[in-house]
Amino acid sequence: MTLRSRDFSDAPVVLEISDLVVRVSDRDLPPVLKGVSFDIRRGETVCLVGESGSGKSVTSLATMGLLPRNALHVEGGRIALNGQNLLDVSSAQMKQRRATDLAMIFQEPMTALNPVLKVGPQITEVLDLHTKLGRAEKKAKVLDIMRQVHLPDVERIYDSFPHQLSGGQRQRIMIAMALILEPALLIADEPTTALDVTTQQQILSLIAEMQQRHGTAVLFITHDMGVVAEIADRVCVMRQGEIVETGPIRQVLETPRHDYASKLLDAVPSLVPRPSRQAPPATPVLAAQNLGKTYRSGSFLGKKTEVRASHGVTFDLSPGRTLGIVGESGSGKTTVARSIMRLIEPTDGRILLDGDDIAHLTSSQMKPKRRKLQVVFQDPYRSLNPRWTIARSLTEGPLNYGVPYDTAIAEAKRLLKIISLPEDALRRYPHQFSGGQRQRIAIARAVMLKPEVLVADEAVSALDVSVQAQVLDLLDELQRQTGIAIIFITHDLRVAAQICDEVLVMQRGAVVEQGSAERVLHDPQHEYTRALIGAAPGRFWDFAARKPLVA
Amino acid sequence: MTSYLIRRILSVIPVLFLVSIFVFLLLRLTPGDPAAIIAGDNATPETLARIREAMGLNEPLLTQYVKWMGGILQGDFGRSLISGVPVLDMVAGRIGPSISLAVMTIVITILVAIPMGVIAAWKHRSWVDHLVMSFSVLGFSVPVFLVGYVLLLVFSVKLAWLPPQGYRPLTDGLGPFLERAILPSLTLASIYIALIARMTRAAMLDVLNEDYIRTARAKGVGERRLLFVHALKNAAVPIVTIVGAGFALLISGVVVTETIFNIPGIGRLTVDAVLARDYPVIQALILLTATLYVAVNLLIDLSYPLFDPRIRY
Repeated sequence: MTLRSRDFSDAPVVLEISDLVVRVSDRDLPPVLKGVSFDIRRGETVCLVGESGSGKSVTSLATMGLLPRNALHVEGGRIALNGQNLLDVSSAQMKQRRATDLAMIFQEPMTALNPVLKVGPQITEVLDLHTKLGRAEKKAKVLDIMRQVHLPDVERIYDSFPHQLSGGQRQRIMIAMALILEPALLIADEPTTALDVTTQQQILSLIAEMQQRHGTAVLFITHDMGVVAEIADRVCVMRQGEIVETGPIRQVLETPRHDYASKLLDAVPSLVPRPSRQAPPATPVLAAQNLGKTYRSGSFLGKKTEVRASHGVTFDLSPGRTLGIVGESGSGKTTVARSIMRLIEPTDGRILLDGDDIAHLTSSQMKPKRRKLQVVFQDPYRSLNPRWTIARSLTEGPLNYGVPYDTAIAEAKRLLKIISLPEDALRRYPHQFSGGQRQRIAIARAVMLKPEVLVADEAVSALDVSVQAQVLDLLDELQRQTGIAIIFITHDLRVAAQICDEVLVMQRGAVVEQGSAERVLHDPQHEYTRALIGAAPGRFWDFAARKPLVA
Repeated sequence: MTSYLIRRILSVIPVLFLVSIFVFLLLRLTPGDPAAIIAGDNATPETLARIREAMGLNEPLLTQYVKWMGGILQGDFGRSLISGVPVLDMVAGRIGPSISLAVMTIVITILVAIPMGVIAAWKHRSWVDHLVMSFSVLGFSVPVFLVGYVLLLVFSVKLAWLPPQGYRPLTDGLGPFLERAILPSLTLASIYIALIARMTRAAMLDVLNEDYIRTARAKGVGERRLLFVHALKNAAVPIVTIVGAGFALLISGVVVTETIFNIPGIGRLTVDAVLARDYPVIQALILLTATLYVAVNLLIDLSYPLFDPRIRY
């Protein structure tokens, strides 16, 4: 796999956006888009990349004419599709052009499909609205596009509801819906972000395949440089409503001109594991032995069902070391974390914390142990109580364990310095901080109790790459200062490569591979590990070094 | 599904059993001697003794309960203490008007309130929304009797379009029935419209922010189809819950309206029975209401999968 280098200079321009300015309605704020210009040609893929709040999605929604009413409006500029300015088109005409001339797919295929309608009729609706085909013709056309997006057993899926399909299948349905009328332009807004890496790879190649077949111009929005490297012909890097850098993919990745673009590339964690650290000859603080959790359900009338969420998990974790648990959704990695935290009771095996088995302690027996085990969750927007000040969130844990308030506040102030927040942050509420700041606060909250083990469950997955790098650095620094042991749960091999000493790869509840991060990532033994590494987007490119990665 | 249905129906039995114990004890544990209350102030000891004997009050509580329950299971709810008419006949005569009124009220409510709520959510924060919400506050706060009398005054007294009072069953023809049922139904509906329009608006506001609504727009779906096909079905579960609970309330709790419009329904029967301390009638009415509640709730629960395929039993 290499960067794309296709030439589109002879192809007709499909979308041309020039000087697009979008403002927040009835408020005197700086514009959300400050004169965005770019074009896409027939058959070409242009990637809009940038971090959250950069205006990528606003650009795409403005193009579709779907900016939220009463909130945002286009103030100036031009959005020309095949030469016609969409901003001059009436709303009835615009309705007619959607799906016919331009279509869109979204990030979250679970929520983007209507949960109470069958998926087949949801695709057929596009034909109902825009064509005068007969019933049988419509159904044939829908089944045909469903086959084109490689859905299995299309007759059955036609009559399925969204919740009966997998994430990848749902996204295929979305793509089928978007492409059934062969629009000239497809806007894909983070279409693979919510998917597992192996599914992501399939969807990316599906989009490329459909593009080739129909000559579609694709506007692909993503925050993931790896994905950009896989599919872009040209890249526009956005920041704060402006395109700061644009050019062919190779040029942007090899010789970025703008500082921000360079910074973004530097922040992409490398798939090359960091040099392994000397293992200290310490006794493990935490050990799992053949740990497993099986969910059993069923009533006296119904059938008994058993789900083995995880089984046979064995590891030792020494102070100052980081263990990565890597796997896709449903692999059981979060079940393992919850078992270790004793948020759930495991059904098999032992968990040794400082040599004591905590696998089956009652909640009152567990209480004195809890302070040794702390957790940081994925979504910093939901893991802090929105009605509590930061001071209250930070001191609650120590106060529960009888620490005097003054001592707890002093410790909170000390930690705020480490996480680079001002002292007055204590009096503020979570909504006054950015996502990255909140996640740092969540980490501070976890380490307030001076735990021996910190479980980070997808702790950086919701963050932009530059912020991700800061949070990873923070964890690293805390670990060096306090010798805390970290269990780092992630689906992202790049992140695992950067922070873990040892890695445990899980699939369908079982550990398929386990070893030092360097060994597992360089020389994967198990087929599934190889597939995971193979599916990591942009694995052939070393972003920080601006050159292809030589294996 | 079938096993769920059986389980749900079986689970009704303990509920009704508890209600029956409560109702039974209500009579026996009331301060004072029921026989004395029934016999009145000037009763002789012989009369009292006769009444006690007739009511079986001299027997142990358990025996009394078993006898009473045995009767009910055979369809014998006893006789009214006042008129001596079998309770079942009294209730049967009154249930028709109440159910007709309740059904009509619910139909009016659904036809008016759901479009109101949908449009208010669609035009969120516009004048239409404010109008709907103001009406909703008004519907809650104006007492039912006021609405009833105003409607009577306007449509029966001033305009003389409709007969002021009374009730004719549907079997007498649609015209006479509607003539007399429309005003009481509108009166009752005023408060339910307020409630359900609000619920619909809130449920729709949530749904309209969902991603699949954006997907539908991106497909070029028109606004009407968007609201009533894509959004409303998703918002249906809370709305159906409230409509169902409202229906159960309507049958038993419409005393004021039935009084204003002189309708011989369950509501007025309840009040009359309570005022006259007609215990067998009160007991039967409480059991009836409880059964109705349980049945309506079961029906609501069973209807959820029609609206949301993710709910399965």
